[in-house]
Amino acid sequence: MEIRILAPTGALGAGFRTESLERGVAMRPHVIACDAGSTDSGPAYLGGGEPKLSREAVARDLRHLLKARDTLGVPLIIGSCGTSGCDSGVDWVAEIAREIAAAERLSFSLALIYADQEPADLVRRYREGRIRPLDGAPEIDEETLRASHVVAMMGVEPIQQALREGAQVVLAGRASDTALYAALPHMLGADPGLTWHAAKTIECGAACAIPPSADGLFVHLREDHFDVEPLDPASRLTSHSVAAHTLYENANPFLIAEPSGTLDTTEAAYTALDERRVRVAGSTYRPSDTYTNKLEGSRLVGYQTIVIGGIRDRVVIEQLPELLPKAKEYFRAKIKDVFGGRVDPDDVDIDYRLYGRDAVLGPHDPARDEPVHELGILITVTAPTQHLAHAISTFVAHASSHLPVPEYDGLASTIAYPFSPPETDRGPVFRFTLHHVAVPESPHELFRTVHENVRDSDDEVTA
Amino acid sequence: MTRLLDLCSLIRSKNAGPFWLTFDFMARDTDSYRTLRDSGALNAELFAELYGADPAQVLVVNHDRAEAVKVSFPRPVRQGDLADSDSYGGQQYAPLVDLLVGSETPPVVLRE
Repeated sequence: MEIRILAPTGALGAGFRTESLERGVAMRPHVIACDAGSTDSGPAYLGGGEPKLSREAVARDLRHLLKARDTLGVPLIIGSCGTSGCDSGVDWVAEIAREIAAAERLSFSLALIYADQEPADLVRRYREGRIRPLDGAPEIDEETLRASHVVAMMGVEPIQQALREGAQVVLAGRASDTALYAALPHMLGADPGLTWHAAKTIECGAACAIPPSADGLFVHLREDHFDVEPLDPASRLTSHSVAAHTLYENANPFLIAEPSGTLDTTEAAYTALDERRVRVAGSTYRPSDTYTNKLEGSRLVGYQTIVIGGIRDRVVIEQLPELLPKAKEYFRAKIKDVFGGRVDPDDVDIDYRLYGRDAVLGPHDPARDEPVHELGILITVTAPTQHLAHAISTFVAHASSHLPVPEYDGLASTIAYPFSPPETDRGPVFRFTLHHVAVPESPHELFRTVHENVRDSDDEVTA
Repeated sequence: MTRLLDLCSLIRSKNAGPFWLTFDFMARDTDSYRTLRDSGALNAELFAELYGADPAQVLVVNHDRAEAVKVSFPRPVRQGDLADSDSYGGQQYAPLVDLLVGSETPPVVLRE
C-alpha cells in the first residue's frame, strides 16, 4: 500500500511556488489538503467573523489548487476556512471558489461543512454535562455560551462522509489541522499512528524544512513508515527538523490529542533517506474511550481607541510611577463629571503601556528597573461603545500630555504625539472564552454539510 | 560561564492555543543538549518566577531525538485579552537568552 499526500502550503493564502505545486502534482497524490485557519492570530477573527488573509491572496492559492485537483481528479480538502472556520468563513471561500470555477471553466462537486454552534444547543449540552474544561480552561457559565461566537473543531469523520457522498472539493469550517490530511488515508485503511504523525508533520507546510518557507511538503505513506520531502528542490528536511516539528505550537510533543484519540510519537524513529527526505516509523495511536470535539469561543469585550506617543524627558520618565495612577484617578472623576453619571467608570478600561520599561514582559521583567532614555507610550481606552471610547480618549490624551510634574512650575508637555489627531479608533475588541471540549453523541453531530454542484457556465446541461 | 544561547541554535516562545504558552530550546548539538538537559536549569520554579506561572502546571519535556527541551504552562493572561501584550507569545523567551547554565551554579540566577 502507498498513499500519497500533497500539502501545498501551511495556510491557504500564505502562498507557494507554482513550480513546487507542479512537482507535487507530478508525483500523483491521492489527495491535496490545505489548512486555512488558526486561533493563533487572536480572538478578533472568530469574534468578528472576518478572515485574516486577503481575498486576493486566498484566491491566488485556491486557483492553483483547484486547477491541480482538476488535472489529477483527486479530492481537494481545505479546512478552517476564513481563518476562524466560522460559517461566514466557509461561505467566503466558497464564493471565491465559484468565481474561480467560472473564470477557469472548472466543474466539481463541492461540499461545505459548517462548524458554528447555536447558543441554545451549547447551553443544553452544558446543562447535560457534555461540555468539559481542558487544562488551563477559564471559568464559564451559561451567559458565556450565549454571548460567544462558538465553533467546534471537526475530526476526520464529517470530511470522510462528504468524500463518500461524492465531494471532489471539501471546504470545511473549523477542523483539526491534521484531520484534513488524515481523512482520506484513514478511509483507505492506512495505519492510524503513521497517518496522524504524517498529518502532523505536514500541516504547517514547509515550516519544518530548511530553510522554513511558505511552500509545500509531500508524503508517501506506506504500511510501516512514511517518507516526507519538501516540494522545493532547493529545500531540505533532516531527521532532526522533522522530529523537532512535533514541538511546534504544542504543549506536549509526544502526546498530541485528536478528537478520537491520541497520537504518541514517543517511539517514533526518524531516518534521513538522503539530503532532503526523511523516513518516519514507530508512531502509534491510542483511540480514546470518549469522542470529543474541541470548542473555541470569542465574545465582544467593548470598543477601543488608542493613543501612541513618546516620552524623552528623564524627569517625566522618573515621575511616571507617581503620575500615572493619579491620572487614572482623575479620569474616573472626569468620566462621572462629563457624562453626568450616565457612564460607570468601572465599565471603562484605561491602560498605559510603557515600551522601554515592561510593556512586553510585564511586572516580572527582570530588566524593568534598568535606566532608559526614551519611552514609547501606548494608551488604550476600552468602553462599551466606540463613541464613548473615543470621547474618553480625547481627554485622556489631552491630560496625559500635560501631567503635573512636581519639578516644573507651570504647564509642561509630557508626551510627544506623532499624529494629529493622536487618537485612533480600533473598533470592536474580543476575548477568547472557551478552552473546552464537547462530548457529542456522534462525530457528525456538531456539523452540517451542504452539497452543491459547481459547473462552469457552458456545461450547465449536466447540472 | 555558559549562557543558554551558547547551547541553543533556537530559543522561541509561542502560543500552544490561546490558553497555553510554550517554549522550545533547540540545542546546537548533542553535547549542548546533554549539558542543558542535565543542568536542570529549565525548571518549573524558573518559569514561575519569570512569568508568574503556577509551578505545579509547568510541563518540562526533554526530547532526546529532537535534542530539545520544551516547557509549557497555562498562559498567565489569555491570548488577545486587554492585558495581553504579546498576542502570539513570540517575545516571551527574551529574558532566557542570557540565562546562566552550568552544573556548578544554582539553576536560577536571573534576579537578586
